[in-house]
Formats: sequence, structure tokens, C-alpha cells
Amino acid sequence: MLKTLGAQIKEFKAASAVTPVFMIAEVVMEMIIPLLMASIIDDGVNKGDMKHIYLVGALMILAAILSLSFGIGGGVFGAKASTGFARNLRKSMYENIQTFSFANIDKFSTSGLVTRLTTDVTNMQNAYQMILRMAMRAPFSLIIAMCMSFYISPRLASIYLIAVVILACILGVIVTNATKHFTQAFPKYDDLNESVQENVSAIRVVKAYVREDHENKKFKRASENLYKIFCKAEGIVAWNAPVMNFTVYTCIILISWIGAHLVVQNELTTGQLMSLLTYCMNILMNLMMLSMIFVMITMSSASAKRICEVLTEKPDLADPADPVHEVRDGSIRFENVSFSYKKGAGDPVLKNIDLDIRSGETIGIIGGTGSAKSSLVNLVSRLYDVTEGRLLVGGVDVRDYDMEALRNQVAVVLQNNVLFSGTILENLRWGDKEATEEACRHACELACADEFIQRMPEGYNTFIEQGGTNVSGGQKQRLCIARALLKKPRILILDDSTSAVDTATDAKIRKAFAEEIPGTTKLIIAQRVSSVEHADRIIVMNEGQVDGFGTHEELLANNEIYRDVYESQTSGSGDFDE
Amino acid sequence: MAEERKPKVNQGPGPRGMRGSRPKIENPGRLLKRMLGYTFKDYAIQWVVVVICIFTTVLCTLQGTLFIGTLIDDYIVPMLGNQNPDFSPLAWAIARVACFYGLGVAASFTQSRLMIVIAQGTMKHLRDDLFEKMETLPIKYFDTHAHGDIMSLYTNDIDTMRQMISQSIPQFLNSGITVVSTLVSMIVLDIPLTVITLLMVAVMILAAKKIGSQSSRFFLAQQKDLGKLNGCIEETMTGQKVVKVFCHEEESLAQFNELNDQLCDSAYRANKFANIMGPVNAQLGNLSYVICAVSGGILAITGVSGLTLGNLASFLTLNKSFSMPINQISMQFNSIIMALAGADRIFKLMDETPEVDDGYVELVNAVRNDRGKLEESTERTGLWAWKHYHKADDTTTYQELRGDVVFDHVDFGYTDEKMILHDIVLYAKPGQKIAFVGATGAGKTTITNLINRFYDIQDGKIRYDGINVNKIKKNDLRRSLGIVLQDTHLFTGTVMENIRYGKLDATNEEVVRAAMLANADGFIRRLPDGYNTMLRGDGANLSQGQRQLLAIARAAIADPPVLILDEATSSIDTRTEKLVQRGMDALMKGRTNFVIAHRLSTVKNSDCIIVLEQGRIIERGTHDQLIEQKGKYYQLYTGNAMAQ
Repeated sequence: MLKTLGAQIKEFKAASAVTPVFMIAEVVMEMIIPLLMASIIDDGVNKGDMKHIYLVGALMILAAILSLSFGIGGGVFGAKASTGFARNLRKSMYENIQTFSFANIDKFSTSGLVTRLTTDVTNMQNAYQMILRMAMRAPFSLIIAMCMSFYISPRLASIYLIAVVILACILGVIVTNATKHFTQAFPKYDDLNESVQENVSAIRVVKAYVREDHENKKFKRASENLYKIFCKAEGIVAWNAPVMNFTVYTCIILISWIGAHLVVQNELTTGQLMSLLTYCMNILMNLMMLSMIFVMITMSSASAKRICEVLTEKPDLADPADPVHEVRDGSIRFENVSFSYKKGAGDPVLKNIDLDIRSGETIGIIGGTGSAKSSLVNLVSRLYDVTEGRLLVGGVDVRDYDMEALRNQVAVVLQNNVLFSGTILENLRWGDKEATEEACRHACELACADEFIQRMPEGYNTFIEQGGTNVSGGQKQRLCIARALLKKPRILILDDSTSAVDTATDAKIRKAFAEEIPGTTKLIIAQRVSSVEHADRIIVMNEGQVDGFGTHEELLANNEIYRDVYESQTSGSGDFDE
Repeated sequence: MAEERKPKVNQGPGPRGMRGSRPKIENPGRLLKRMLGYTFKDYAIQWVVVVICIFTTVLCTLQGTLFIGTLIDDYIVPMLGNQNPDFSPLAWAIARVACFYGLGVAASFTQSRLMIVIAQGTMKHLRDDLFEKMETLPIKYFDTHAHGDIMSLYTNDIDTMRQMISQSIPQFLNSGITVVSTLVSMIVLDIPLTVITLLMVAVMILAAKKIGSQSSRFFLAQQKDLGKLNGCIEETMTGQKVVKVFCHEEESLAQFNELNDQLCDSAYRANKFANIMGPVNAQLGNLSYVICAVSGGILAITGVSGLTLGNLASFLTLNKSFSMPINQISMQFNSIIMALAGADRIFKLMDETPEVDDGYVELVNAVRNDRGKLEESTERTGLWAWKHYHKADDTTTYQELRGDVVFDHVDFGYTDEKMILHDIVLYAKPGQKIAFVGATGAGKTTITNLINRFYDIQDGKIRYDGINVNKIKKNDLRRSLGIVLQDTHLFTGTVMENIRYGKLDATNEEVVRAAMLANADGFIRRLPDGYNTMLRGDGANLSQGQRQLLAIARAAIADPPVLILDEATSSIDTRTEKLVQRGMDALMKGRTNFVIAHRLSTVKNSDCIIVLEQGRIIERGTHDQLIEQKGKYYQLYTGNAMAQ
């Protein structure tokens, strides 16, 4: 994990290396300044030596300036390194996500990917900055102070050593205990927030069923639990300060008592005793700081793990060694194809599919919810790989094509249509970067989108909001069809893409397809019989298998499912929505 | 508007502590008072103890410092050169200071334990109150506030408040006490030097302010860039599959890189200034020390103000311990202001007007007495009645709940300026099925939202069993209506719990029966744990159609006299829908049924089909009548016929 993350530092290695150096230099200054301060009082003020005050004062200002520049240096480079690290993390993750196949994307879920790219990266940025600025500084400072103490008086310094060991043990116990409780507490905290989120988005359900009291009770219970867990976790951490204080005070008392004896026996000077007392604070404070850093790092390790998952995820589809770049025609052949989303797990989604579709044919696909219609067409543009058998497009196994070449020839209008923020033209040009406005308009005419675009205040330059919130469902679908048409594909797949379009328009679109792009193979998934009944042939899917394949008349005559669906929709399945 | 309700994109809680900007807050004093009042109310005694503990800690630390200061001069030096040194004064002094230290440890322990209870407890109360208040707010509030913003009250804002209570306030008190006591000692020692020290403090505060304002400017820029980048990430991750299908990876990467670099730049600047603040203040403190030493030295040696060298030495020690708490206070200011901004948002929600309910007609269990008249019953009888109290003649009448709904010339708009529904008149008798059809935005969903009073009408009257719905207690009104909403929402919990949501005391058998009625039993049994399968994230592991079936089962179990189905079967395939429909028809026999659908097969057998256009009823009648009329309905219908 550290290696994966460390590789992301890249061009910020220098800044990352320099930061701790600056911080250490600042620590050195921080150690010198108190000595100078003491010297001003002891040798200057107490002896009335103005010259000494000037001299040491000047030295101190110099030290202050140095310390300031080191501090600023540490701050600036620390900021540079940590923000740069965050940038690289985001970039690498994003780049890797771009290579993901559908199966990879399914594995992470959209919200999972978003959190990793946002909150988790921010956590890492903060943790990294702290590691650079504090994780070197604290132990260094501790070691120096320890060495100095030993230099002055090994006997007295051994008190510190014992104290440090004891304190380190106690802090260790506290921290491990606390982290254990905190790691339990945070998921609970997330759960609570999730329940708030649920209530906010489902407020209509809550109110419609008059369940406000029920929800309040549920929330209070969860909230009470969380309160108890956090009190317990923080209660453990609360031992930190008193334990720390107790150790410091014990040390001071011991040093004072033993030190006094040593001074009286002339084994130690008074000045040395004072220095020892100063270092006491320093050593134990730094130990405290280390324990805090440790807690922070354990807490951010969850984020680190989640980021690494994305960084190390390998796309499960790869281009072949010697790819085919040309798709000869729009014929599709399924040869004994079986498919499951998770290899070797459960029943396959598609079982033993054998289909032969000629180039230029219009194929309707119909079947109930969960009959694997979408899974069937997703294999054609190799969004997933078949588990068994093979699938040929233009006479070549899809796994032998260059993926980009294949997908440029097989246009899919997905069930979950997404438009991106930008003008309508920009959205259309996803299909073809160089498309002229003329070509875009023509595609929109085919998709029956031109009429409503013309009515929009700014026509083709109308801005689509994020998620396409300013166009209706039917309009969105028509834009998505136009976008796919601009690819001039050999195969066009519509996955329930006209469900929100009224039947008359739906018919018009199909008519345009038949007349304008007769050479393109069209696969049309629909719920409505009217959308598919005029297709050359119709596939009836049932529980992952082809139940029937033939013309409307044939199926009506000998396919029970088809007849059933047809009858349930006959005498119109009109849509009253646009 | 309601029909165009789109799921609001949840921006997610912003990264913690990144809101470095200083938003304008009106009347911060009152806010602070209210916020403190919140914690003082429940934890008055604890706070008093905490303040005493802080005093004790400061006092004990002071005693410790004094002891070290006098250790050498008062205790060790007299013993030097002595053949038989007497250690007893030192032993006594150490014993004394040990007591103080012990007290200090005890005080700091008590303080940190109490602070946890206070901070976590206050947070819990705040959260509970916030939630309880939120549940009372009208739907309009949720329409007009982004869900992400509401969420961030619970995450960011409460958290910054907790930090303020648990860290800033004690730190502030601690530093404050130290500053005041040090200041007093300084003034006693020497006034001119105090003035110099104060001047330096002013410089420090100025510097802090200067850097702080720079820093907050860049923090603002960082927030903006972060928002932009998050927006981009949210958008492309949602559309990642489309990106793949169109081989658009490079373009989307280029766009991302640009925003990512921008954020990196502004984040660098913001962090840089925040990091610089500490060293600058610390070194200014050192500078102050040198200036005091030099000028104090001159004063002492020339003897102008009667400052002795001994006093100067003590003064310098004080100067050292003066700048540190000042630094700490200036750091706390930022977080206090951030907490106040959060408090402002939290109290804004708390101050929202809850849903008004002037209704007084109640829904009660009823029983028919010997003379066939309705009487109130304390048991669940299955027979419901409206308990109507008439003030004029001080009588109470009971009226059977039947489910008769009348719209009497209703006008409605979400705002008074723009009316959405105009002059709606309709009658729905028990046992009837009324269907609404029309284009998106015609006002179908809005009408159903008026029956249960999610919104209040501007003009006209809606009567339920002859009673004006405004007179009925909202909760009782809603209890008598079953609604399956357009957007299906499920809750975290088992399938069983989700269906039981419609009737909390339903037995397992009742749940299964309702699921069978909704034709959901089959797929539920195929789920890994059947009825005990946990649903998470709004039922993310179910298909849209399955979620709709569960929502229907949830409404069915409530067994209401009036049922409203708003596009409740839109994602269910037509064969399954037919089965569901059969179940629902059986359930709704003798009850009122409102249906919104764009599938003709769903509405065809309605007793009355109402065609809406731009908020007006343009046609009404049975399917056959409307076909006869050759109006809009006919057009829509034959548009389909033409395609055949």
C-alpha cells in the first residue's frame, strides 16, 4: 500500500524531502532560542551587562529570522508537496478509472468512486502534510533533547528514559484502545448520517405514512448509541493529558530532589539543573505529539486503503496483441454464448445463446424485467466479455478487435441516459468530434429531436445542465439517440431508449431509421410491442434464454410469451406523457 | 414543478475543516449566546465544575513554574558549601508542590472527562432536536433547499460546533485566565515595558489578521475550485459508462486535469498561508522578548523608571508566557467564527415554521351501537370514523370514513404569483377509479399532493367525506390515504421492515400477504435472505421494478380507504403489471382509487379519466366516452393507432 501511494509523489519528491529538513532546522532554532533567552537574563540582565544584552539580543533576532525562514520554508514546501500529492492521487485514480471496463465500474459504484476521488483524497492530503511537517520533527526534537540530557547528566537523564518508556507504553495502550473504539464508532456515525439522508430524500414517504414519530424514535436510538460509543472512545483518549501531566510532574519532582543533592555534592551546576528541567517538558511533549500523529495515521489509513483499491484495480478487458481495426459489416453472430457477471458465481445470466443476425437487419428484443435483454446487447460492443462461447461482429470475434474501433462502429444508447453539462451541440459532438452543425441537425431530425431543439430559446446552443435536468426524459432520450447516430455506426443498439417518447414520435423515429440508415444493423430493446412489431425479426428473451426468434406474425402464432405480452397491450399501449 | 422534481445531486459533506472563509454573520453575539445557552441549559453544573477545573489547572501550573523559578535561589544555593546541608525546607517545598501537581492532574482529568460528556451530549441534543424539527417541516422546505445543504448541517456544522465547545471554549478560558493574570503581574512590575509588550501584541494580532485574510481569500478560491472539481467528478463518474461507450476517455481526462491543476494551485496557496501563520507569530513573540530585554536593560541601567534588574528578569519570563496564550486565542478566533457560521445555519433550520395544522377533526376507531349509530371505541375495530366537534352547539358527531373526495373549484400554485392548477373540479366516489393523464408538467402529481395536504391550496375547497380537509388533523388525514409515490424510496432495513412501514404492528403473515398482493413475494423469496434481506442505500441492490413492487406492498398493507398510485408501475413490465393490477383491483374494491400513469393499459378501465393540460382539466369521461369525443385523449390514443 505504501509503495502504491509513494509512487504518486512523483515531481513533488524534492518538496517532500525538503520539508522535514526545514522542520528539523526549525526545531534546532527552537532549542537555541531558549538558551539565548536564558543567557539574556542570567548573563545580561542579572549582571547588568548591556553589551551582552545587545549581543545576545542581536543573535536572538538572527535566530528568530532563521527560525522564521525555516518555518516558512517548511510551511510552503509542506503545502506544495501535500497539495501536489493530492493532485497526483486524483489524477492517477481518474486515469485508471478511464481504463475501467463496465465490470470494474460496477464493482466500485458511482458514489464509491466519487468519495474516493474527493473526501478520501482530502484526508490523505491532510495526513501527508502532517507526516511531512510533524512526523520527522517530533522524534528528532525528542532525540536531541534526550542526547543533551544525557550529555549533561546520564544519571538524571535515565529518569527521562524510564519515564519515556513507561509513558510510551501507556500511550500505546491508550491509542490502540481508542483506535479500536473509533474504528467502531465511525461506521456508526456514517450510518446515522445515512439515515438522515434517507429521511431528507424520502420525506414525502415519511409524511404520507405519518411516520414522523417512528423516525424520531429510530433516530434518537441511533443517536443515543453513537453518543455512548463516542463517549467511551473519547473517554479513553481523555487519559492522555492527565497521564502525561502526571509523568511530567513526577519527573520534575524527582529531578529537583535528586538534582538538588547532586548540586550540593558538586556533581552538577545549577545551570545544568535548569536546562534539564527545560528538556523534561520538551521530551514528553514530543512523545505526546507522536502519539497524536499515530492516531491520525491510523484514522486516515482507511482512506488510503480505499484509494489504493482504485489505483491497483486492473481493467478486466484488454486489447488483443494484434487487433483488427476494421469492422467489415454489421452482422452479429452469437455462438453458444453464456455469460455471468461474476465468473463462476451462481447461475449464468445468459445461457447458451445462438443467434445469427444479418447486416442491416432491424431486430426487436422483448422480454420481462430481469430477462437479460440488456446483458445480451452489452456483449456486442464488448462492454463485458462472454463467459463461454464466442460472439462475432462482422465475422470477427469481438475480442480480436481494437476496442475503440469496435465501439466506434457499434453505437449503444444505454438505458441510463446521461447528458453532460455543455451546449446541445457539444453533447451531440460526443458522437463525432468533427461533425458540422449541418450533420448534427440531420442526426437530430432523424431522432425527432430537431423540432424541440428549434423551439428552445437558443436552439442548438442551449446549455444542458449537469445531469440534463433542464430537458424532459423523452427529450433526453432523443438527444442520446441523435448523439449515437452521429457516429455513423454499422450497428446501432437502443436499450429501451424510447420508453419516455410518445408512441407517435417513436414510430416516426423508427421510420426514419428504416429509410435513412438501411445499411445499419439495429437492435431495439423495448417494453412496448408497438416499438418492435415492425422489426425484421424479434427476439423474445425469458430468464436468460432466447424463447423465440422470428417475425411478428410467426411469434404471434407460436410463441406464448409474445402472444401474452401482445394481448396485454393490444388496442393500444398509448403513452400520455411526452 | 412537483412532477419535474429531479433527485437533487448530493454534493456530499465537504471535507472537514476546509471552510476557511470567514462568512458574514449577523449578530454574532446573539448567536453565541444562543449556542452557549444550548449547552449551559443541560450541563450547567458540569460547566461550573469545568471552569473551576480550568482555574485550578492554571493555578497549579503557576505554582509549578514558581517553584522551579525559586528552586535554585531559595533552596539549593543556601545549601551550597554547607557541610551538613538541611534538605528539609526543600523536602517541604517539594511536598507542597507535589500536592499542587496532584490537584492539577486531578483537575485536568476531571475537566477532560466532563468536556467529553458536555460536548458529545450537546451534540446529541442538537442532533436530536434538529432531526425532530426537520420532521415537522413542510414539503416546501425540502423542495427549496438542496439536500446536500441539509445534510451538511448534520455533518460539518454540528462537528465544528462540537470542536468549538470541546476545544475552543476551554482553550479560550485557559488562555484568557493566563493572559489576564500575566498582564496584571506585568503592570505591577513595570508600566513602560508593559506598553511595549502590548504594542508587540498589537503587531502580532495585525499580522495574524493580515495573513488570515490572505489565507481566507485563498481558502475561498480553494472551496470554489474544489466545488468545481467535485461537480466534474460527480458528473463524469455518473456518466462513466457513456464515456466508455463513446470512447471519450481522453477528452474527459483533459477536462479533469485542468480543474485538478487549478485546485492544486489554489489549495497550495491556501495551505501555504495557513502554515506560515504559526512561525510568524512565534517569531514576533521572540522579537518582542528581545525588544523588551534591550529597552528594559537600558531603563534598568539608566535607572529612569525605577526598574530593577531582578524585576526585569521576572518581566521577561512573563513576556515569554504572555505571547503564547495570545497566539492560541488568535487561533481559536477562526474556529469560533466558523462554528458560529455553522450555528447560524443550524438555528435557521430550527427557526423555520413547522407545517401548520389547524385541523381538529380526528380519525377514531368506531363501533356501531344497537341503534346503528357510530360510537367511539378504544379498540381497533376496523371501522373508522371522523370525530367532528361542533363548537357552535358544543356537540360531537361521528361520521364513517368512506373515502369520498371532492375538489370544488381548486386553484393552486407553489407561489402566489404563478398558479399551477386552475379551477379543478372533480368528484371521486368510494369504489371508483379515477385516472389522470396528460403531458409532463400538466399538474397530475400536484393534484394528488393536495389531497394529503403536502401543499395548501390558494382557492376553492377540497372535501373528504364532506369535511373540508383543512379541518382534518393532518396526521389523521394522511393516515387515511395510501400513496405510492413517483420516486420510490426505501429505507435501510430488511424487506420485512420496509413493507411493515405501512402498518407498524403488522404481523409477518400480513406482510407476506401484502407482498403476494403486490406480486412481490416471488422475487423477495429469491433474494439471498428472503424477507430478512437487508436493503441499503435506498434499496440499491434491487431493480427499479422490484422497488416499485415493494412500495406497492407497503401501501397495500396500510389498507387505506383511498389509494393514490403515482406512476407506481412505470418500471414494471406489462405482464407483471397485469398481475399487480389484478391484486390491486381486488384490494381496492369499494374504495377510492386515484391513478396517474402514462401507459394506456393502466388507465383504460377507469371509471373516469381526467385529461389535464397546463393545469386545467380539458376532458373527462370514461375511455369510450373520450374516444367518442375525438379530443386530446383521442389524439393521443390514435397517435398510437396510427403507428400500428
